[in-house]
Amino acid sequence: MDPVLIARLQFAATTIFHYFYVPVSIGMAFTIAIMQTMYVIKKNDIYKKMVKFFAVLLLINFAVGVVTGIFQEFQFGMNWSDYSRYVGDVFGPSLAIEGLLAFFLESTFLGIWVFGWNRLGKKTHLASIWLVSLGSVFSAFWILTANSFMHNPVGFELEGGRAQMNDFLAILGNPHFWAQFPHVLLTSLTTGTFIIAGISAWKILRKHQLEMFKKAFKISITILAAASFVTLFTGHWQAQHLVEEQPMKMAAVEALWEESGDPAPFNVVASINEEEKENNFEVQIPMVLSFLSYNQFEGSVTGLNDMQEFYEDKYGPGDYIPNVTVLFWSFRVMTGIGGLMVLLGLYGSYASRKTALQDRRLYLNLMVYGMIFPFVANTAGWLITEMGRQPWVVFGFMKTEDAISPSVTANEMLFSLLSFTAIYTILGVLTVYLFQKHIKKNDDPEDTKEEMTEDPFDNEGGNEVGS
Amino acid sequence: MALSEFWFLLIMILFIGFFVLEGFDFGVGIVARFLGKTQQEKGVYMSTVGPFWDANEVWLITAGGAMFAAFPHWYATMFSGFYIPLVFMLLALILRGVAFEFRGQVDSNRWRSVWEWSLSIGSFLPPLLWGVVLANFMIGMPIDEDMDMVGGFIQFLNPFALLGGVMFLCLTITHGLQFITIRTTGELQERARKAGSRIAPITIVLFLAFIVVGYFVSDVFTYHGQTFMVLPMLAWVALLFANLYNHQKLDRNAFVLTTITMILITGSIFVGMFPRVMISSISEAYSLTVYNASSGAYTLKVMSLFSLTLLPFVLAYQTWSYYIFRKRIKHDDELEY
Repeated sequence: MDPVLIARLQFAATTIFHYFYVPVSIGMAFTIAIMQTMYVIKKNDIYKKMVKFFAVLLLINFAVGVVTGIFQEFQFGMNWSDYSRYVGDVFGPSLAIEGLLAFFLESTFLGIWVFGWNRLGKKTHLASIWLVSLGSVFSAFWILTANSFMHNPVGFELEGGRAQMNDFLAILGNPHFWAQFPHVLLTSLTTGTFIIAGISAWKILRKHQLEMFKKAFKISITILAAASFVTLFTGHWQAQHLVEEQPMKMAAVEALWEESGDPAPFNVVASINEEEKENNFEVQIPMVLSFLSYNQFEGSVTGLNDMQEFYEDKYGPGDYIPNVTVLFWSFRVMTGIGGLMVLLGLYGSYASRKTALQDRRLYLNLMVYGMIFPFVANTAGWLITEMGRQPWVVFGFMKTEDAISPSVTANEMLFSLLSFTAIYTILGVLTVYLFQKHIKKNDDPEDTKEEMTEDPFDNEGGNEVGS
Repeated sequence: MALSEFWFLLIMILFIGFFVLEGFDFGVGIVARFLGKTQQEKGVYMSTVGPFWDANEVWLITAGGAMFAAFPHWYATMFSGFYIPLVFMLLALILRGVAFEFRGQVDSNRWRSVWEWSLSIGSFLPPLLWGVVLANFMIGMPIDEDMDMVGGFIQFLNPFALLGGVMFLCLTITHGLQFITIRTTGELQERARKAGSRIAPITIVLFLAFIVVGYFVSDVFTYHGQTFMVLPMLAWVALLFANLYNHQKLDRNAFVLTTITMILITGSIFVGMFPRVMISSISEAYSLTVYNASSGAYTLKVMSLFSLTLLPFVLAYQTWSYYIFRKRIKHDDELEY
């Protein structure tokens, strides 16, 4: 087997898997921090119980995210050593700062938070979960500065066949990064809150601790609605940016082989023929592609074949067209599900402010099964981003096929791919199993009263019921 | 001091931090299931590192990131060269990491037993493999003119490397047992002391063998002069005294001394490597050094600014977290695990 293919498969598999956990951690940590803030402000123990319920899930999720994250950092050196040599100067600092600034903060304060309920003052303890949340956002920030460099390399010069950093501020100001970071942050919030809302919906359907889970639902669905709604705009903004920066990727997303007319129509569905470099048929809405690309109803968009010609002139002979079928359908899956999540979020925010939420069974069931949505959309989004960059690993400078480790054999890579895939599969199954187990447990209200009296915060807080 | 030399020092500090901190939680992880007789006791042993293990592991992640940023060639050569050992190490780190969180989630003896074994095996492999890696660093590896390591992974398993692996494994167990003695009380503490005094002679003998054999097969201990042999010898003396203090139940002293052993042995290897970061056994000219493997001056400057600003904070809040959880864990405490 081709080692490049194995290394790519491994990167895709491990990264997609890792990214099931990351946005959940980011979104959940933030939402739990909000819940705990409400506990501290309103002094209502129901919020504390809520925090403790979701904390179990956060910890399981966090543990898998951390351990799969170590391999994320190591595999650049292990599978892609020539890439690492080439870009280490520019790409490495983001990873180092991520460790120093984000991971230390997250992991230290997560330990303090989990074990510190009885050892810290209420406000210090609250601060620790906020620092965990902040750490997770820092982590996203730095890893995306690194990722942005692969798409839009800036702030460096070539010296001795290697990229050497010469402008750190350019790396931080990379327009690709600023188009991507808000999108990733908001979709992470959407993902984490969808999990909390979905679980709460399940609990509400079964009337487990109804009051508590209705509150949890309300908090999470409100954040979800806001985050997913704003995502519409950041996504639109990001697409306009990419039309300029990576026209090939956006043409592939549209399966647009030849230059569009003006104004450009949008292909809703298409039967793509990559061999003949054309579509067998397409269903179009007029003018919409112009709007998506330029925020106005005019302007034509460059096609794949024109871009191929342009890149051949610029970079020499080669195939510069990414996998059009995957990109085209991923985009439709991502935006379709994204739109659906906005609707679910907006409706839920409205419904959760009515008393009869538990009667809206169809909606609640949708929220339960819908927990799969954000993961599908996130994965589709990353497939567009990363497969759309191919054949490049650093756009315009290094091709993916030149990036792998020359000293590692295909068999070694295969062994690594198979063992990680196996262990990740087990981890995935166990995560779902443990989540279900925790969710299905119905805490009898009688037990909880007992637990409350052991609460050391009782002396400070009291049990008055908040609104 | 050139910036690249400063970064070598910083990476040494990160690795020392990793070996000292994760060293004891590896040790605790290995022994927890054997030392604890009941579920509760095993849980107490695991809880001694509960709030810390995750942050301890970040020392490795940061060390890896720092190598990537400051010495891309070192990172690339080492990580692709030690491919198979790293695969096993990462699988082990995954196993032990989730074991901490998963074990307490299901109330079944079989479930717990699975994760106790995972914790033990997952904590056992990394120090063994790090010992193998460090020993290979000392004797040099077949690195060719393109800075790539050639020859596959069987070559890593030479006698000196195996000695290094077993020695390092025993050292982390000793270190971990000493950590338990300062984190527990009564019967549980006494058991750790006893286990500590039983493994200490083996660790002491292996450690001495490692530095004696190392003296002959590698130039690392004496690269800057014979007097530098003092460093590993002092590490060994600290280990001797640690055992002595362990017998006298002066636990804190014993733990401080195993910590010093960890610092000195890691330090002596790094110092003796300098200015090389990877020694080529094919030709001295192919060795990677802090000069030919480093990033450009600009990157190092940016990174220096960041690390010098951030590291004091990291050290401060990590120290604070150890301070918060300074109270010993009692046999009947309510546990998170």
